[in-house]
Amino acid sequence: MADSEHNEPRLDPVTGYKTTGHDWDGIEELNHPLPRWWLWIFYACIAWSVVYWFIFPAWPLVWSATGGLIGWNSRTAVDQEVAALETNRGPMIDRLTSTEIAAIKDDPELLDFTRAYGSIAFKENCAPCHGAGGGGSKGYPNLIDDDWLWGGSIDNIGHTIAYGVRNDNADSRYSEMPAFGRDGLLSGAEIREVVYYVRSLAELPVPSSADLTAGAEIYARDCASCHGEAGTGDQELGAPNLTDAIWLYGSDTADMIATVTNARNSSMPAWGERLDPTTVKALTFYVHNLGGGD
Amino acid sequence: MSLWERHKIFETNSLVLFFGALVVIAIGGIVEIVPLFYLKNTIETVDGVRPYTPLELAGRNIYVREGCYNCHSQMVRSLRDEVERYGHYSLAAESMYDRPFQWGSKRTGPDLARVGGKYSDTWHLDHLNAPSSVVPSTVMPAYPWLAETELDIRYIGEDLIVQQTLGVPYTDEMIETARRDAVTQGTLDALDSDGLLERYPNANIRDFTGTVAATGRLTEADALIAYLQSLGTAIDFNLYDDSANIR
Ligand code: HEC
Ligand code: HEC
Ligand code: HEC
Repeated sequence: MADSEHNEPRLDPVTGYKTTGHDWDGIEELNHPLPRWWLWIFYACIAWSVVYWFIFPAWPLVWSATGGLIGWNSRTAVDQEVAALETNRGPMIDRLTSTEIAAIKDDPELLDFTRAYGSIAFKENCAPCHGAGGGGSKGYPNLIDDDWLWGGSIDNIGHTIAYGVRNDNADSRYSEMPAFGRDGLLSGAEIREVVYYVRSLAELPVPSSADLTAGAEIYARDCASCHGEAGTGDQELGAPNLTDAIWLYGSDTADMIATVTNARNSSMPAWGERLDPTTVKALTFYVHNLGGGD
Repeated sequence: MSLWERHKIFETNSLVLFFGALVVIAIGGIVEIVPLFYLKNTIETVDGVRPYTPLELAGRNIYVREGCYNCHSQMVRSLRDEVERYGHYSLAAESMYDRPFQWGSKRTGPDLARVGGKYSDTWHLDHLNAPSSVVPSTVMPAYPWLAETELDIRYIGEDLIVQQTLGVPYTDEMIETARRDAVTQGTLDALDSDGLLERYPNANIRDFTGTVAATGRLTEADALIAYLQSLGTAIDFNLYDDSANIR
């Protein structure tokens, strides 16, 4: 490549532009500057960046960085935004905090607020297990119906939500159905007999060969203490009613045999450890009003 | 010839252009990255953050292997709506032992920085096996092989050595006991739970999938759930003083 030349700029007769004076092997470069408006915006941005360095945190120095004249800080900023939100929401939150759950429905404004507040908290925290509408799924109870494991009064629902079920919290709901098969308390045949008996209580189909008397004996000995003589359950122990048509773990014989063999003893976190008391209150109201509260 | 007209040397010599470009980019790096390593107000130490237990680390490796980060970030940003939804914004200290870190902004699913303790182990297992069984509308894929595959803990000590080389303060004792600690935490064998808790305070020791006792083996799901349940639980934000850390 031959050396490029640097000549005096001249007018290019074909385009009417001046050249820059750069000349590579006879190929010259036209001087076609950026539009004025663009350049001025560019210079203005540079000037603003200098102002910005002084106003906001910018330059790293030896031990710390410059903090900026207005003292802006992303952590302070979020604290202020949250504080502003709390000021806005504060009066309603205070009203909710000081109102008995049973009295919320007498205050239309508070009722709207509590519904909305509870519904948001439910979607974020509870829906993954209990379903978006509270309908539940296998292993996660339906909260819409009036069949409650631990009781459907406001107090009972509130306690279950705040302290959870079978977790590390000292006040959590607790009971443990034995794993009758796994721990060798009942043989496979006995489990089958007692399951058929339970099915007969719920008026589910059982094979005609099933020995229901043997099943009833096992039931009275091993199950009635929790599920009740008649199978109607015990909310003190979270033992479900076995005579209705609602089955947390499925109503197939195989599902029921699996429950009695291995036990389920499912758990729910203690939401009082994660959410503030007012949110728990809104949730209690929300769940109680889903349809089945006593 | 003025200084501004000396660009000819760059335009006619590619090697000079290459090094010129390198110098310009390095200035950006030196100004923006290097200070983060020494400035006092970018380094915070917070009580409670500890390195991952060997089982959690194994779970973390599975998390990375399966590409969970393609849909989940692990950083609650300091924005009002995020703090409202997920809880306290993430502190730099919370990911100081994360190598590689799992921040990011790609959120097809929710942020996981504070998911520890939010759900039960059973839920995580159900959700990994078949997310739509618990969240019908989800787009998260199923990972049923995790609960079927035995966890490979042969090289768990080596994993700790790698992290130690990168600056995570694992002691030689921790490396030596890594395999024991993993089986202890997953309750495959209760070899030394006191030692485990001393080395890794507040570690959850339990049968995460509920199948360890029956099958006599740890699965990849055990490790992954142990990891998920540890996320965001290191710091007690009831005790943490926000204003002390605003500098
Ligand atoms: C990790 C899954 C999970 C999450 C999340 C969850 N729950 Fe539960 N919940 C359960 C399980 C499982 C049970 C049943 C426990 C049992 O077997 O007794 C339950 C039981 C309940 C009960 C008692 C039902 C009854 O029949 O007595 C209520 C009320 C309840 N949950 C409300 C909530 C609320 C409100 C939230 C959100 C703050 C929530 N749950 C979040 C799993 C969950
Ligand atoms: C210590 C108390 C206790 C005893 C004894 C007990 N159960 Fe249970 N049972 C429970 C509890 C609590 C649950 C709910 C578990 C859960 O929600 O995870 C349950 C659940 C069940 C279910 C599932 C119900 C559903 O809705 O899906 C069946 C079936 C059942 N038990 C049958 C039996 C039989 C049969 C026996 C006797 C062999 C028995 N139980 C003994 C406490 C007990
Ligand atoms: C295709 C994107 C995608 C991938 C990949 C993915 N997830 Fe998800 N994840 C989601 C979506 C969407 C949700 C929200 C709905 C749900 O709960 O399933 C979610 C929810 C979750 C939640 C519950 C979060 C909460 O607070 O409710 C956990 C835990 C989770 N994912 C873990 C994982 C793990 C572990 C992996 C890797 C093995 C993974 N995800 C891979 C999309 C994804």
